[in-house]
Amino acid sequence: MKDFIIPDRDFGTPAAKSKTMVTLNIDGFDVTVPEGTSIMRAAAELGITVPKLCASDNMDAFGSCRLCLVEIEGRNGTPASCTTPVAAGIKVHTQNSKLKQLRRGVMELYISDHPLDCLTCSANGDCELQDMAGAVGLRDVRYEAVDTHFRAKDNSGAANPQYLPKDDSNPYFSYDPAKCIVCNRCVRACEEVQGTFALTISGRGFDSRVSAGMAEDNFLSSDCVSCGACVQACPTATLQEKSVIEIGTPERAILTTCAYCGVGCQFKAEMRGDELVRMVPYKHGKANRGHSCVKGRFAYGYASHKDRILHPMIRDSINDPWQEVSWPEAMEFAANRMKGIQEKYGRQSVGVITSSRCTNEEAYLVQKLTRAVWGNNNTDTCARVCHSPTGYGLGQTFGTSAGTQDFDSVEETDVVIVIGANPVSGHPVFASRLKKRLRQGAQLIVIDPRRTEMVESPHIRAAHHLALTPGTNVAVVTALAHVIVTEGLMDEDFIRSRCDWDEFQDYAEFVADPKHSPEATHLLTGVPPEELRAAARLFAKGGNGAIYYGLGVTEHSQGSTTVIGIANLAMLTGNIGRPGVGVNPLRGQNNVQGSCDMGSFPHELPGYRHVKNDDVRAVFEKVWGTKIDNEPGLRIPNMLDAAVEGTFKGLYCQGEDILQSDPDTKHVAAGLAAMECVIVHDLFLNETANYAHVFFPGSSFLEKDGTFTNAERRINRVRKVMAPKQGYADWEVTQLFANAMGAGWGYTHPSQIMDEIALLTPSFAGVSYEKLETMGSVQWPCNEKAPEGTPLMHIDGFVRGKGKFIRTEYVATDEKTGPRFPLLLTTGRILSQYNVGAQTRRTENVVWHPEDVLEVHPHDAENRGIRDGDWVRLASRSGETTLRAQITDRVSPGVVYTTFHHPTTQANVITTDFSDWATNCPEYKVTAVQVSPSNGPSEWQEQYEAQATLSRRIAAAE
Amino acid sequence: MQNDAAIIARVEEILDAHQGMEGPLLPILHAIQEAFGHVPQASLPLIAQNLNLSRAEVHGVMSFYHDFREAPAGRHVLKLCRAEACQSMGADRVADHARKALGIEWHETTKDGAVTLEPVFCLGLCACAPAAMVDGRVVGRVDEARLDSLLEEVR
Repeated sequence: MKDFIIPDRDFGTPAAKSKTMVTLNIDGFDVTVPEGTSIMRAAAELGITVPKLCASDNMDAFGSCRLCLVEIEGRNGTPASCTTPVAAGIKVHTQNSKLKQLRRGVMELYISDHPLDCLTCSANGDCELQDMAGAVGLRDVRYEAVDTHFRAKDNSGAANPQYLPKDDSNPYFSYDPAKCIVCNRCVRACEEVQGTFALTISGRGFDSRVSAGMAEDNFLSSDCVSCGACVQACPTATLQEKSVIEIGTPERAILTTCAYCGVGCQFKAEMRGDELVRMVPYKHGKANRGHSCVKGRFAYGYASHKDRILHPMIRDSINDPWQEVSWPEAMEFAANRMKGIQEKYGRQSVGVITSSRCTNEEAYLVQKLTRAVWGNNNTDTCARVCHSPTGYGLGQTFGTSAGTQDFDSVEETDVVIVIGANPVSGHPVFASRLKKRLRQGAQLIVIDPRRTEMVESPHIRAAHHLALTPGTNVAVVTALAHVIVTEGLMDEDFIRSRCDWDEFQDYAEFVADPKHSPEATHLLTGVPPEELRAAARLFAKGGNGAIYYGLGVTEHSQGSTTVIGIANLAMLTGNIGRPGVGVNPLRGQNNVQGSCDMGSFPHELPGYRHVKNDDVRAVFEKVWGTKIDNEPGLRIPNMLDAAVEGTFKGLYCQGEDILQSDPDTKHVAAGLAAMECVIVHDLFLNETANYAHVFFPGSSFLEKDGTFTNAERRINRVRKVMAPKQGYADWEVTQLFANAMGAGWGYTHPSQIMDEIALLTPSFAGVSYEKLETMGSVQWPCNEKAPEGTPLMHIDGFVRGKGKFIRTEYVATDEKTGPRFPLLLTTGRILSQYNVGAQTRRTENVVWHPEDVLEVHPHDAENRGIRDGDWVRLASRSGETTLRAQITDRVSPGVVYTTFHHPTTQANVITTDFSDWATNCPEYKVTAVQVSPSNGPSEWQEQYEAQATLSRRIAAAE
Repeated sequence: MQNDAAIIARVEEILDAHQGMEGPLLPILHAIQEAFGHVPQASLPLIAQNLNLSRAEVHGVMSFYHDFREAPAGRHVLKLCRAEACQSMGADRVADHARKALGIEWHETTKDGAVTLEPVFCLGLCACAPAAMVDGRVVGRVDEARLDSLLEEVR
């Protein structure tokens, strides 16, 4: 696919990294480039584009199309410029009569087996083959096409065995073998960029064909993960987005940021009028470097799904049908209710939940609403249920509540620990970058109860997989530290200069205790001691060591302790403060970092400053012109408890579905049902809306301006590519609501909100929309000390001064297996679906994952008489549900696993209300359960379904 | 026809025998073809998993080499050279004769399962063109008469 809107020049081959420079002469011009650069790239640096078909600068040179031939004075023949490196002093000619004739001859051969239907071809105007035919001056084709790949019937009318029909099995793109020139770009993109190796060339010579998977596979049944790298690489109409086939080529592109996971990929939204034609990953996006996954690239159809609600709605009671009303009516209704509640039950009886799916500016306004207008600190965010322990743990040890590196850092790492994360499913673009590094020779240690795709996939094999029992992270991490300390593998210079030595000695004494040795904890963790010792040695002495972790670390009763343990490991081994190392939380949501930064937690004002600090409050009070409560407010679980008790009555919940995503669904439902005014602000009537009295329709990320902050603290711009379908961007809705409550806000653009954030928050002081416009993106802290932002943190010293070692005593969770509930349930995600699935379930992504399934080890399945695909009942102390079983040895005996993407499964009916000791982050990852055969949906599922159907009724307009 | 379980068991044995070998894919494919007379599709995912490759890669390698069969051949395999030297000595004529005599096209097997007919490009026997190969034995100066006697031998 060529880039025809913002021509992002393709230099043909990747940039060379050598520091040695070489000067050569191309077509009479001198050019100086790093050693190892291809002649093609050197020419491109001069602005000379050598014709090419198989080369692209995101993959290694291949030299198959023979179009990029050049002549070098004093050398024989006409070498391919993509595979020939530069040499000092050579004189290169890219154009002369011999080269012209050769290129034309090559093009004639290509075109002799290519249909000449350019005008009706879906790649018309977006085809590199077409361009190259023009570039080489092809005027005639001397070869008569006898045997072809593109005619369905041969000249005699008989079926042509060489003709393969179009493969439309993938919902988002089609593969038309008739248009293929076998340049191998798609195969190489799948291997080098994505790292899935789903494609190959089958056959040889004239029979060479691009093949997904094996002989009988199509794109859907193959290993293809639909990342779109092959589609992007294809120079012709062979692999093409179905949206382009249907709509035509786009006419402009707007740079924006993906609204799915915390990687924060930058995309070009390619538009025709106000119709989105396709999303194309942006080559200069610093998180994704031109790559994408199936969600960001293709799964944007939810934004125009028929389920989307476009009018505000109200109702007196949750048993009534919804009433569509105008925006002013909805605002008046909501404001009156909230005012009434506060008058009756007091200032503290209402609160907000900010969204990690919305922009920084929107999160900021929502917490400002409760702090400045309602006069309390009752604000919380979905980070409560995912990465709140990261905020606490890294804040305590390092001094900042965020990851230490940028994603580019992975290119320089030597040993990676992935703990409690499955980036292949959850953070696919990062996974591709990690796998690329692993294929170059870096070593991998995976700590996960499940044998994830990271442990074993084509060309990737973890050096060590520590398959621990769910809930024993702390014991394993401490045992790793035990080995490092007792075997003297730590980096003493680093510890002496960068950390508090006394605290280290206390910690060393603690971990050196034989009760923390791998041998002693083996029975508890299930990890073979030799394997753990080998992993510890590898991490300590294997070069640059980086730790990446996810919710498998945080969503435990000891989540914060594990985060502290991870930070200890990094400090012990000196793996902080340079490229290729660090502690890197893989953030779940596009803006979970940002929503935390924006003061969404009840005890912290924007920039992680405690509400108890008088000086901090004074700064905000001066600008906001109101008093701010000095008492921390309620966390989500506290809000629900208070609601059940009858002291918390009103909630404004923006872009989060707490009923589906929070643990112990029955408790959440009871809390919501006890409130007098629940305002849900969302794209869809989500599960929480079943208990809502007011519904504000939300706008998608395509319909607003703002910023998202990704897992590497990078503030990326989100740009409005179309008008909000329901009339207002989300920040405008919050402002309308606040003003209906008497706030008197007057923001006319999110940039003004960002200016206010920058004014009030030291780590954002240097951030402005102008800076984001010129720099593309910036990583906080961005202030006077770091005007260009901070890609790597803690380079010369920790933010808190000296790094702090903290003891990490393992305390087993109260959630224990027993005779009634002998198995441990852990939860996770799958590539094609996103969190509660509100978006991805409303896209074609459901072809890959139509329902949640329960992974059961064959041993446990046989004991219970469960066969693959059977309905099973999954019960815990909290509740029960039913879903289908999948028998697999990915999970260990005694462990079962499911995803939580589908509301009908209700995995959170099962999960308990145990939570992290420090932050209340729920313990999703460990629940004692029993599994037994079942006939179908449980009673709760049926009741729930009935209530949801009843609650979702919308009254006909009068 | 062997059932899948038998195939899997035999393939696992072959994979075990090649453990630790450098560049093991082609030797494994040869061993499987040796064992089954062809390379069953069911074996490819096993090979892929064992060698830490993708299914597609194994398929790509296997399909590159014409000698690796997807389906079993007939009891005898007759290969006729189709390269330049043999063509100039009348290989096309002999090939037409063979296809007519056997009643099959290239790569097909006679209904009785006796003979599979395959083209081959150069057997290194150009001096004695046209050349043929019957079950691994090369034969030179193959004209229609000699071909008939060869067919007689294998039917």
